[in-house]
Amino acid sequence: MKPFLLPLAIFVALVGFLAVGLTLNPREVPSPLVGKPAPAFTLPQLHDQDKTFSPADMTGKVWLLNFWASWCGGCKDEHPVLMRMAKAGEVPIYGMDYKDQRDEAQTWLRRHGNPYPLTAVDEAGRVGINYGVYGVPETYVIDKQGVIRYKQIGPLDDDVVAKKILPLVKELRNK
Amino acid sequence: MRWLALIVLLMPGLAWAEEAKPLAEDPVVEARLKHLAVELRCLVCQNQTLADSNAPLAEDLRREVREMIAKNMSDQEIIDFLVQRYGDFVLYRPPWKASTTLLWIGPFFLLGVGAAALVVALRRRAQKLVDTPVTDEERRRVEQLLSQGARRS
Repeated sequence: MKPFLLPLAIFVALVGFLAVGLTLNPREVPSPLVGKPAPAFTLPQLHDQDKTFSPADMTGKVWLLNFWASWCGGCKDEHPVLMRMAKAGEVPIYGMDYKDQRDEAQTWLRRHGNPYPLTAVDEAGRVGINYGVYGVPETYVIDKQGVIRYKQIGPLDDDVVAKKILPLVKELRNK
Repeated sequence: MRWLALIVLLMPGLAWAEEAKPLAEDPVVEARLKHLAVELRCLVCQNQTLADSNAPLAEDLRREVREMIAKNMSDQEIIDFLVQRYGDFVLYRPPWKASTTLLWIGPFFLLGVGAAALVVALRRRAQKLVDTPVTDEERRRVEQLLSQGARRS
């Protein structure tokens, strides 16, 4: 065996590990909730405090639950994508205003547009904890039986919507 | 003017305040929280424990853990609660599973490889060192050279 072969092999292996390791996103923590029923909650609505929203209301429909907040920068980046999705009307997106001030959230929606048929308010962030949210925005795809089928950590973009969300929604709807 | 001076003098008295009180005051609960929180990872600042982190989510999770402690839940129940929501990632000591085998065994495996390589390298070096006996002719020459050196100095 030639003397340089062993160091070369070690080097190549190391580069291989780094090539994979450095492209992984440490923020993408796999959610143990995918494939499990969406945690139940009953929360007041953003625009009508006296009315409530619960995932049970959505049984029989495929829908998205989008955690957002007016203080969240990533939500602003994501917002145009949600607005386009709402306009196309392919899948209903329900909002969850996470740890936010009610008036600021309403102002934010007035300014940037409201893609949600309805937004619930999770003021204390408890429902967020039940959904394993650790940074807004996060989006869940929930099927007709109320089971979480996909979780997007961080902002949605057109690519994810076209390649992952919409095909999944179509598939779940035909089930 | 005198009144104004008096008011100004009294001002520091108004600034008297107590130090911020901790959120939970039960020392038993706090002790258990501390014990648990060093084992749990903050999801936001991933290299900090739940005990160290000041992220809002860490605060919320500490509140949640405090409440569970107050409800007399066992450590295992509390850990299960968090793992159900955030996965094994919240644990600084992930459980032994198929997917974590490499994580647990990897360092020991590398240590073994290193030790084996060291043994092999040392043996090879030992083989290279061959005793070559010195002949009488060489011994005489050495003595001659040394005596020359001694004279020179």
